Amino acid sequence: MASTSDITRAREEVTAWHPGQIWHPPSTAQKWTDRIFRQLCVVFAASTIALSALLVLEIGVKAIPAFREYGLGFLYRATWDPNKAKYGILPEIWGTLYTSLLALLIGTLFGVAAAIFLSEGYLGEFVFRVLKIFNLNFHPFWGKLPIRVEAVLKNLIELLAAVPSVVYGLWGLFIVIPLIRPFCNWLHSQFGWFPFFSTDLSGPGILPAVLVLSIMILPTITAISRDALVAVPSKLRMAAYGLGATRWETILGVLLPTASRGIFGGIVLAFGRALGETMALAMLVGNANRLTLSLFSPANTLAALLANSFPEAGAKEIPVLMYAALVLLAITLVVNLFGALVLERAAVSAEAK
Amino acid sequence: MTDSNDKTPKRSADGKTLSARVKEEVARDPFEGVDFPELELSLYRPRTFFSIVLSVLVTSMTLVALVPLFAVLWMLLWRGGQKLSLALFTSLPPAPLEQGGGFGNAVIGTLIMVGIATLITVPLGILTGLFLSQAPKDNKLAAAVRLSAKVLTGFPSILAGVFAYGAIVLTTGGYSAIAGGIALSILMLPTIILTSESAVAMVPARMKEASIGIGATGAQTVWMVLLPTAMPGILTGIMLAVARAAGETAPLLFTALFSNYWLASHGRLNLMQPTASLAVLIFNFAGTPFKNQVELAWAAALVLVVLVLIINLIGRSFSKQQIEQ
Repeated sequence: MASTSDITRAREEVTAWHPGQIWHPPSTAQKWTDRIFRQLCVVFAASTIALSALLVLEIGVKAIPAFREYGLGFLYRATWDPNKAKYGILPEIWGTLYTSLLALLIGTLFGVAAAIFLSEGYLGEFVFRVLKIFNLNFHPFWGKLPIRVEAVLKNLIELLAAVPSVVYGLWGLFIVIPLIRPFCNWLHSQFGWFPFFSTDLSGPGILPAVLVLSIMILPTITAISRDALVAVPSKLRMAAYGLGATRWETILGVLLPTASRGIFGGIVLAFGRALGETMALAMLVGNANRLTLSLFSPANTLAALLANSFPEAGAKEIPVLMYAALVLLAITLVVNLFGALVLERAAVSAEAK
Repeated sequence: MTDSNDKTPKRSADGKTLSARVKEEVARDPFEGVDFPELELSLYRPRTFFSIVLSVLVTSMTLVALVPLFAVLWMLLWRGGQKLSLALFTSLPPAPLEQGGGFGNAVIGTLIMVGIATLITVPLGILTGLFLSQAPKDNKLAAAVRLSAKVLTGFPSILAGVFAYGAIVLTTGGYSAIAGGIALSILMLPTIILTSESAVAMVPARMKEASIGIGATGAQTVWMVLLPTAMPGILTGIMLAVARAAGETAPLLFTALFSNYWLASHGRLNLMQPTASLAVLIFNFAGTPFKNQVELAWAAALVLVVLVLIINLIGRSFSKQQIEQ
């Protein structure tokens, strides 16, 4: 329903635009502008679809020569030798999945923990208790501090998602690797028989890449999980407390199961981000065409392969790289569609409540 | 209901009058038989102990997660801040083993390529978002557009570079700022579409109805009512997209490449040549064994992060305006 003030406001705005013309029916020019504008919107919208199709087509068509030559064997061969024109990306596929899954494991553990920390109001509670000591907890200014501190922390974590990945790569290269190297080499010397520690860390390798990658995806997981936890209707929480459940019985028994779809969608999206992440991995993973379980060995991922090989690629190598790009596209597309679907269904079920 | 004319008091099954029963009820201790120590919060009980242990665990895990996140910023300020000076913004990148130098051309290159990407995506993204918000719910085109925008959101940035390489670099015959801008625009587009859609959808329906009610055409309604009202939200989306694009490296690696020279030579701006950017400079210099270059990479990283965070904060302040409105 349009209220009188809205009509007045709309009329003011329209008269400011076309003084004196408001009582005319739309002129032919106005009708045509309207028609053209509507069509323009449709055309632009359709061009978004065209663009997505073009992206896939462009990469797909350029990959055809390589697909003809190497076929599906490209996916399970392990050599990459431009001199003999022998190509296979099994180590890269393995490296992509291995680093992403490990990073996802660490990122999920800490990300969901941070989401619970933020949504449960631990920090606010702590600040409130500190204020209570000084008897300021209901002070008009200081009393608002708990809420403010929580909002600041939440925004800070979201801001950290905006830090460019190349900066994380730089940090990993000069800070993380020197920091973890002595510990990793000690692990190797003591437990070298264990497949995960079977090589020493001589510089870039899987573990530093995984650590930095998990730090990069953590803000994504935390932000989405926190939103999902906050969206749980408070009556569920109250009902659980009313039945005598402790805080953690409520979290584990009520909040997490209810928010699980949203959290899961966030994890899948973070997985998609980890799979497609390029720069941090190109700087940290070591770019060695190696199929390995060892956490300290250098390896390679699809995105890092593209980033490192494309600038120097010859005309013969480009179709091969396009083929590798197509594989990466297929993997991320499946993961992202799945994630978007899960989040959409989570939103629908949240509305239904 | 009791009959008020009834003289004899009502008796219940056990032969007591109602008032006697009420008196008895009131006199009885309501907490009789309740084991109070059992209800108290006690660390000795496994349930509460478990709860507190988990609370401590989650708190410490959050702290552990925050340490590296803030260590990144701290190291940037510490290592990048040492080298920071105004001369960095006016000089060109140094050759290997050369001392001094800066990244003036990279700052300009980043701004120009992000500018090109913004010019492409802003009209395309806003109009598409507008279409999505105004399309009927069962519109198939709108559903397809929304899906492709969502898929583009998770599109790996390196593949945007691969696409621009195939479509622009190979056809125009060389690395250029234009190719870099187009690669960045693919990454900006979905953010702008989805945020403009939700910003326009948040405009109260009565405003739109009022505008149409006084005889405005659809286009007039959009330009004079919907867009001005939704502008803060749309600007937030644009700013977030710009912030993301400014920090992207992968799409620029083999579309804009890098350059040790200024974009404009002899007073003419040439956008069809390899172009430096802050992000690619960090990547290139981080991989060199020279101390001077590595220090420059840290300083460039600090500049880039400050730039990205400022754009991000500006964008967020717009969305605050919309909420206050």
